[in-house]
Formats: sequence, structure tokens, C-alpha cells
Amino acid sequence: MKRIALLGMPNTGKSTLFNRISGASARVGNWPGITVDLLSAKILLGGNIVELIDLPGIYDLHGFSEDEQVVRHFITSNPVNLLVVLLNSTQIDRQLSLLLQIKKLGFPIVLALNMADEAKRAGITIDVDGLSQTLGLPVIQISAKYGDGLPKALAAATAMINQQDTTTNPQSIGLMLKEEHEIEDEMHELIQQHVQIPTTLTDDVTDKIDRVLLHKWLGLPLFFAAMFLLFQFIFAVGAPIQDGLAWLLDLLRTELLNPLFTNAPTWLSGLMLDGIYNGVATVAAFVPIIILFFLVMSMVEDSGYLSRAAFLMDAIMAKMGLDGRSFVMMLMGFGCNVPAIMGTRIMRSRSMRLLTMLVIPLSLCSARMQVFIFMIAALFSPSKAPLILFSLYVMSFFTMFLTALLFQNQYKNTEPFILELPPYRFPTPRQIVLRGWHEVKHFLNRASKFIVLGVVLVWLLTNFPSNVAPASIDTYAGQIGVFFTPILDPIGINHELAIALIFGFVAKEIVVGALAVIYGLQGDALMAQMATQIDWVQALSFMLFTLIYTPCLSTIATIKNESKSTAFMWLSIAWSLGLAWVVSFIFYQSARLLGY
Amino acid sequence: MHPSIYMQFLSQLKAGQRAVISAIEAEDSLFHRLTALGFRVGKPLSIMRRASFNGPIHVRLGTTDVILRATEADRIQINAI
Repeated sequence: MKRIALLGMPNTGKSTLFNRISGASARVGNWPGITVDLLSAKILLGGNIVELIDLPGIYDLHGFSEDEQVVRHFITSNPVNLLVVLLNSTQIDRQLSLLLQIKKLGFPIVLALNMADEAKRAGITIDVDGLSQTLGLPVIQISAKYGDGLPKALAAATAMINQQDTTTNPQSIGLMLKEEHEIEDEMHELIQQHVQIPTTLTDDVTDKIDRVLLHKWLGLPLFFAAMFLLFQFIFAVGAPIQDGLAWLLDLLRTELLNPLFTNAPTWLSGLMLDGIYNGVATVAAFVPIIILFFLVMSMVEDSGYLSRAAFLMDAIMAKMGLDGRSFVMMLMGFGCNVPAIMGTRIMRSRSMRLLTMLVIPLSLCSARMQVFIFMIAALFSPSKAPLILFSLYVMSFFTMFLTALLFQNQYKNTEPFILELPPYRFPTPRQIVLRGWHEVKHFLNRASKFIVLGVVLVWLLTNFPSNVAPASIDTYAGQIGVFFTPILDPIGINHELAIALIFGFVAKEIVVGALAVIYGLQGDALMAQMATQIDWVQALSFMLFTLIYTPCLSTIATIKNESKSTAFMWLSIAWSLGLAWVVSFIFYQSARLLGY
Repeated sequence: MHPSIYMQFLSQLKAGQRAVISAIEAEDSLFHRLTALGFRVGKPLSIMRRASFNGPIHVRLGTTDVILRATEADRIQINAI
């Protein structure tokens, strides 16, 4: 099979182009270095199946970042038939260097100039034909976002790979990948001949927005206000949908499933209805709110505001041995810790990466959020709910900052902080829909793997041995709970909650599912039952523990992979468990001392 | 004495000032990164803003906006215009 690789600098819309061509949904982010894994897709090109590979965005073929090493490693160990080089038209004056570096290596190239629309608005005119002739390769202007020029680019790629059957020779490229010095001269000459850039190029809209959002004193308060409003929006819109879905799922059970299982053996209807259905339905009710959450997150990510957050927060982060990029990763962790941990690859200093990786698992990810929304709805009045959730977010920041402060001397670094500030962009509806669908798929994937298995296990533990009352102290689950009593009693966690916590180690989505199975109830009935079993102090202690201890197995696996150190993985687990217990202990005991 | 004989660094500029890069003194990896982002001797730049609490500097070079810390800006010598 013929192979085409897609190459370009960060922020050129490479992932967008890849998604558009492949129809898949790689993560797109208006943030340098977001494409962390090599994504590939099989596409139909001129009647042949071709493999398309999305290489990470790099600034320089000779650079020292992990992404740059990944690309170098790729092209010196994999033969390709064609490279599609994607440059940002609005920054062609400096991005051409990458193309020339690659051209020197003798690759067959199609050059795609992206963001043709933005360039036009900025008054940049590019003599495409002239550039194509001088370079001796096809040059096509496109807009990956809107799809303009794409058929032309694909036709050029097809012609190129049909023309020649040879692939590149990775070994000789490895040899050629030695320093070249004439590149700068050649680039300046090309720019002078073929590109006209107005002397004062300003993106007016971006400048105007920046004047407010990056304001010396208003910038940070505005940032946090914006985040708060977005969260309010998510819950204002999401909560009614969630209620509706929970009601529907309950209806489905009483009207359809209960009659269906009336003649089935007790154990089977117990397993299917009280076990799997209750557990999965309780978790599934949260899907709309999670989708909404990710849609908003992806809009913020794609907008370019996160790089601004890095600018605003860098001075504060520096005091904790981190930098503005660490802060952005912490924010991305609010969606899911796993991609945030992989995102630390843009850092070159190992110490800085490790410190950031130690901090990220403490950010309140969307799966933890499910647990909190559920617990808060069960034990607090609707008027108090936003305040409780908000204070958990504050607590999340507090534990991250505390961790960084305590460990910064172990992970000292001198990582330079230089970051490109992209113009503000707004994702198209297509990008938003693709992203939403991606999250649904991700959830269904997790649901089928962990959640079903988890709730079945919880059901077995709470219903066996069969001669005792379900969910009582005498079941296996009860005995496990009793075993942990010495540790969990001082933080107010009873044996039912203990089982949920243990399974939460695998994935936080299981926690609410497990509670549904343990209490054998669903929806409002489950919440009402829980309110009679535990008080708000216990609930908050449980939530604090859930917030701080290890997020899920996937996060642990990612930490191990990215740090390439088992010792560091254990440190991360031990620290989060220890901190979780201490914080819950201090909270629970002082609340009780104060008479609550 | 004429002020221009003093060495001046990017880190010393105020918001709104413009300058031309006269030298970049950095180790290999930092130098690469700076050149890849468009920092080259002879290139004009302007300071858009500086973050509070002595935070990063927002610089515009041609078509590119870059933020960097004062520590990194200390490596870039400039002539103010």
C-alpha cells in the first residue's frame, strides 16, 4: 500500500485537514503540539487505497523536542511515497524553512498552503504559480476548515503518487539529515520574490480581543469569570436533559424490562436489572452533560484562549516550578487526564514534565464531575449545588498548587518558556459535531469495557454468598468494607461507599454505577435512599477523597508510559492516595468537632 | 556617553516599543527554537504587552505573535527604534 505523510508546523490546521480527508476525528486543538500520537487512516485516492499518516506538528526538522524527534525517527525509518507539507499562509515567511528542509532531503512533495482565507483578509498575496515553478513542486491553496481547494490538492497528490512508484529511502535520508546552512538565504530570497506582506500586519479582531482579555489586571479575573460562566452554561443546559434521560431510562425499566423478566429466575433478573441495567443506566444518564462539557472544552481549546491563559498564569506558575503550559495542561485535565498527560510532551525538560505529570491527575476530570453532580443532587439543596461544585474545583486547584510547591525542589528545571500565540479562531459546526461524536464513541468504548464489567462484579460481591441479605455486612462486599473500616471510618466512609471507592480505582464512571447496584436502586429513589444513609459531612468527605485519589487505570498506564518509570508511577499513586486520605481526614474530623 | 553603546536586551523594553534584533546568544536547543519562531538578527519586532507580576513578554515579529519569559528575552540583544 502506498503511504502519504502529512507534515507541518503546529497550528497550521494539520489535524483539521487530516480529519477532513479521513473523515475520522483526530483531536484538533489550537495549541502547539496537540497531536501527540501518530494517527493514520486508510483513504481512497484515485482508485487505490492509500495510508495517510498525520505526523506531529514541528517547527524545525533539526529541533530537540520530542515531537521533532518523533518526526525525524519516522522519516528515517519508514519509506513514504509522498509528503503533503501543510503551511499556514499567514505565516509563510517563516514556515517555508520547514518545506525547504524537507525538499533538500529529496522527498516527493505536494505543498498545501492552508488558511488561504485568513491570508487574504490579512492582505497577503502569494504568487502560487511562480512559487510552484521556482520550487518545482505542486502548490495548492486550501482552507482545511471549509474544505476549499481540497479536491485540487488531492488530485495533485494522486498525480504525484501515480507518476512514480518509488518510495523514499529512509537510510539515505538519515544520512542527509545533517545540518544545512544555506536554508535561511534561500528562504529569504523566495519570500522576497514571491510574497508581499504589508509592513504592519495586524489581525485587527485578535488585537482588539487581546487588549481586553490580556489586560494587565483584568485578564485573570476575566479568565476565571469566563470559565465560571461556561460551567454555569453547561449545567443550566445539561441538567434538565440529564433529568429527562434518567426519567426515560427509569420508564424503560418499569414499562418494558420488568415485565420482560417477570418469569426469569431471580438471580438472572437481579443481575440483568439491578446489576447491569441500573448500573449502566445511572452512568448513561450523564452522557449528555459530558458531551456538552467536551463540546465547550473543545471550543475553548480551538479558540486560542488557552495560550492566552498560559500567558496570564505563567508568572504565578513559575513560583511553583511550573510554567504557563503546565497550567493549560491542568485545564485540559478537566476534560480527561489522559490526553493532558500526553500533552506534556511539548516540554523538553524531564523534570518539568514529571512535575506537571504529578499535578495533572489531581484535576477534576469529567468522570469525577459525574460523581459529584450525582452526590450533590442526592444530598444538597439545588440552591447550594453550584457552590459545592465550585468549591470542589477550587479544591482541585489548591491540591495541584500544593503538590507543585512541595515537589518543585525535587524536579528543578530551567526549561525555557517560549510559546506562539495563535489568532483567535472559532471552530466550524462540523468540527464541533465530529468532536462530540468522538466523545460519545469514547464513552461507549469505556462503558462496554469497564462499566459493565465493574457493575457485574459489584453485583456479585453485594449478592453473594447467597444465604445472606443482599448488600448487608455479611456479603463479600460488606466484608471488604469491614476490612477497610480502620482506614475509612476516620474519614466517614461507610462500607457501601468503600466498595464504590475501590471500584472507582479502575474508572470513576463506575462509582455511580456501583452505588446504584449496591443500593439496588436507580434515579430519584437511589438519591433518596442515599440521603437517609449518609449525611452531608460524609458525602463531602467522600467527594474530597474521590477528587484527590488516583483518577483511573488509564491515567496510571499513561503516566507509566510517558514517564518511562515504574517508580514515578507508584509515587503518583501513593501521593494521591495519601493526600486524599489526609485532606478527607482533616475535613471530616474538624467538621465533626465543630458539631456538624 | 551615547546610550547606544550600552548593550540592550529584549527584556528591558516596555510595552509599545519597537526594536531590531542585533544578536541572539543562546545554547543550541534554545537558538533553534527561537529561529524557528522567527527570531533572526536584523528582524524588527514590537512589544505588544507585558504580563503583570513580571510575567511573560508578548512580542510580535512580522506575522507571528510569541510570548516568552524575561529569562529568555535576556538572551536577545536589540537596538530600540
